[in-house]
Amino acid sequence: MDKRTSIQPTKYSLTWPLKMAWRDSRKSKGKLMLFILSISLGIAAMVGITSFRENLLLEIDDQAKTLLGADVEVKGNQPLPDSLLFAFYELAPEMSREVYFASMVYFPSTDGTRLAQVRALSGKYPYYGEIETVPEEASREFQNGMSALVDEKLMIQYNVELGDSVKVGQQTFKIIGRLQKIPGQTDIGATAAPVVYIPYNKLDQTDLLQKGSRVNYLNYFQFSADVDTTGKWSNLVEFADKKGYSIDDIEERKEDTGRAFRDLTNFLELVAFTALLLGCIGVASSMYVYTKEKIGIVATLRCLGMKSGQAISIFLIQVGIFGFIGSAIGALVGVGLHVYLPILVREFIPVELEPSFSWLAVLSGIAIGVVVSVLFALISLVSLRKVSPLQAIRSDIGNGKVRIDKVQVLVGGIIFLFLLTLVYLQIGDWADAAVFTVGLLLTILILGLIGRGLALLIKRVMPDSIPYVWRQGLSNLYRPHNQTSLLVTTLGLGTAFIGTLLFMQDLLVDRVSITGENDRPNTVLFDIQTPQKEELKQLTLDYDLPVLQEVPIVTMRLEEINGITKREALADTTVNIRDWVYDREYRVTYRDSLIDSEKITEGLWNGNYESGDSIFISISSGFAESLELEIGDEMLFNVQGALVKTYIGSFREIDWRRVQTNFLVLFPEGVLERAPQFHVLITRIKNNELSARYQQAVVRSYPNVSIIDLELILKTLEDILGKIAFVIRFMAFFSIGTGVIMLISSIVLSRFQRMRENVLLRTLGASSTKLWKIIIAEYFFLGGLGALSGLLIATILTTLLGKFVFEFVFIPNIIQMIWVTLAVTSMTVLIGLMNSRDVIRQSPLEVLRKEI
Amino acid sequence: MSAILEVSGLTKSFKSGVREITVLDNISFDLEEGKSMSIIGPSGSGKTTLLGLCAGLDRASQGSVSLDNIVLNKLTEDELAQLRNQEVGFIFQNFQLIPTLTALENVMVPLELRGEKNIAAFAKELLSRVGLGDRYDHYPSQLSGGEQQRVAIARAFANRPKILFADEPTGNLDEETSHSIEALLFEINKEQGTTLVIVTHDDALAHKTDRILKLKGGKIVS
Repeated sequence: MDKRTSIQPTKYSLTWPLKMAWRDSRKSKGKLMLFILSISLGIAAMVGITSFRENLLLEIDDQAKTLLGADVEVKGNQPLPDSLLFAFYELAPEMSREVYFASMVYFPSTDGTRLAQVRALSGKYPYYGEIETVPEEASREFQNGMSALVDEKLMIQYNVELGDSVKVGQQTFKIIGRLQKIPGQTDIGATAAPVVYIPYNKLDQTDLLQKGSRVNYLNYFQFSADVDTTGKWSNLVEFADKKGYSIDDIEERKEDTGRAFRDLTNFLELVAFTALLLGCIGVASSMYVYTKEKIGIVATLRCLGMKSGQAISIFLIQVGIFGFIGSAIGALVGVGLHVYLPILVREFIPVELEPSFSWLAVLSGIAIGVVVSVLFALISLVSLRKVSPLQAIRSDIGNGKVRIDKVQVLVGGIIFLFLLTLVYLQIGDWADAAVFTVGLLLTILILGLIGRGLALLIKRVMPDSIPYVWRQGLSNLYRPHNQTSLLVTTLGLGTAFIGTLLFMQDLLVDRVSITGENDRPNTVLFDIQTPQKEELKQLTLDYDLPVLQEVPIVTMRLEEINGITKREALADTTVNIRDWVYDREYRVTYRDSLIDSEKITEGLWNGNYESGDSIFISISSGFAESLELEIGDEMLFNVQGALVKTYIGSFREIDWRRVQTNFLVLFPEGVLERAPQFHVLITRIKNNELSARYQQAVVRSYPNVSIIDLELILKTLEDILGKIAFVIRFMAFFSIGTGVIMLISSIVLSRFQRMRENVLLRTLGASSTKLWKIIIAEYFFLGGLGALSGLLIATILTTLLGKFVFEFVFIPNIIQMIWVTLAVTSMTVLIGLMNSRDVIRQSPLEVLRKEI
Repeated sequence: MSAILEVSGLTKSFKSGVREITVLDNISFDLEEGKSMSIIGPSGSGKTTLLGLCAGLDRASQGSVSLDNIVLNKLTEDELAQLRNQEVGFIFQNFQLIPTLTALENVMVPLELRGEKNIAAFAKELLSRVGLGDRYDHYPSQLSGGEQQRVAIARAFANRPKILFADEPTGNLDEETSHSIEALLFEINKEQGTTLVIVTHDDALAHKTDRILKLKGGKIVS
């Protein structure tokens, strides 16, 4: 008979893999549940934050008008000249005026003094939104008499009630309203600079506006309904800009606000992405072990006639379905999170957020969850197509190893591109996305290598003399089927993330706290007029307080750099000078010598100007660097009307952390002495009671003088940082939570590797105590290695962030590191023990039967 | 009667480092349809390797195997899988039931793989035939070794194979259970007229087959 070289094709059922997927999952529910949880938290964070961002941007859009409170805001450090006022008036006949400045306020009823932001208002501002007060009508009525509105928190802090008085400068006002919210202001902003509203027409009576005072003049306009702003508007903006006024309209405010919160949402999204990525690693590691466990089943099914593609499809269907369930649960949690997030960050945002459900965020979250589950599972699953049916009769074939092949490399490539695109969609910049993705993958790779390296090192250096249980536990780290690389990577990544957050938070708080140290100055008096200088010095000495520093300050603006005006700089794209350089007000001092927080880094400093010579100033080296300035460059300043041409004579490195007045620009003596100026006095007050008495004395005699109490600032900053830290910690929970699930999942899935061995040891007569000790030893080393590797990465990251972003040197806190290591190690050991209790408590046969 | 299994000049060698180890060396034999044959020999003589090659689980280094007139060497992996599904049945020493499937589902798998429908009744009939009519919803872990092997026998005959390969079918069972399993295997084999190839260490079992192929050092010695 002739031989055949082909066979009749079998009609394979398309629904069979689905049926098998379901059947197989019945006994793998626990393992697949971990798979679900790995993905859920990441998706929850992602859906929550994406919805929150959409919601926030929509609300900023909707509430754009109330952010500004008017159609246009014109701001300058001089009142608006009539020419401009009329021009605006033509377009917008409805106008309000406001003057605001920092000043001390005094509450006679409780004898309290505090630096506040005083706002003198006239007109119907705000035209959109409202100044929220208790009682409600106070916001409209305070302009009618000698009345004031005072920030609610300030009133609570100083135990002041409605009907009490507040003294601003020389004038006392009756408090008729508690100020709750003003357009565009965040709660955090109100905490940092509490506001006191007084009527505009009573401003003169405070006697606080004097030449040289740092005052902002604002005009708010509301367009009439039929006005056409297109043509005239741009001319007007250009003209006002030229005169040194900044103009803000609704669109610009909307963009500014959106931009400010883009950073926040980008950060939160990257945190969510990290949680998702940790979940993905959880999926990948779960599937790696899961796949290894399924090799026997696949080999048998191959014997029975299953095609290789069907093998993958069975488990891929499981992954898809469980990935979907996990993502759907995650999306549901994410919806809850997006309702909570606005509450969490309400103090930081200037708009009222009403959570709205976003189908797009939910559906895209679920889709992303399913895709990442399938992709990360595929890395291991594709190896199933190589399972030989021979493995059903010869267990030594393939030795249970999953080898990397070309298809896996291809899957890896697709994963990289997918992740890159995902990060790009969140931060909107390909280069940043690439840096972040590559950085993260590199971290994972480094951690994996550390795990492998340490396992090899232990293998080489472990002495035979150590006790058996420790030797057994340690050798589990390098023996076949070890989980060292996987667990060090997962634990390390989680620890690295948490560690970096902790270190950064500590550093920021520490950076602030340094100002509060005992022997450092802690009280700054500013806005001192020249005639008051000596009297205040005497008053300070009368209270037995040291005068640590007395500094004159002259305000000025920059007109030209090397002959280039702002307009020219903006028009010429080859000139790299940003508009803020011209727009900002420069507060400058003059003296004949340097102080101990300054060091010349380039050029020469001559502290005495000789008439007829060129004026050589000194610039902060950081400022010079950002503007690419060089020694000899010309800077033309406008000193309150008088133009002063100077040349850069030197660069100074300044230690900004010292509590003293530091300046970007330093003039020599002999130039600015006759310019309008105010003075600053710095002292140190050792106790609160003396501080209160001294402040009251200053405010009573010199109401124009403002006092910065650094202790108070420190407290406020700590309060704000605490709130920010809470938001960060809350979001970090998702990464940490995913890390813990990943840890549980890795340990649970790896228990099968140790199961037979432990059962064998029990059968050979190992006592429960010995087995406990072996398990403790193994997980102790795994946890310890993971934690230390993570801390190493966190230290590198914080050092880099410190150096390049925050400009400080990071010194690791050893105590904190020990705590983190102990916490992670204990958690690992605990989970490892809980997971192994069955192996030890039950009979060997019972355990094996359960695990089949 | 025509030969269902034809093995000609079959050689299988492996590389171990730089050394090449020949496990089977120029093996040739035929087996007629409906007959039974035992492959016996000491450990390492190549019995299981020969079984794997005959059943299309592995590929030969040299020589050829034809099963029901189909030359296995020229088939792809997926074609080999189809062939196994259509013409071959397996019984393993360690039963190889799918642990996540019930006894009934395990028996149904070969038929489901062919896309056959309404097979539950037939699978239950087979389970009853092997004496497990009341255990079909049990998982392998809930069955004894003998019961698991009975399920494996039911599964092996489910696709009405032309040839059945059994690798040490009683190797993991006690003597009493072994006898009942052997009896069952031969009974059903006779009923269905299946060709049977058994790898075994058990001389008594081997002598129940029509023919014995004795291997030593990868060669046929008798």
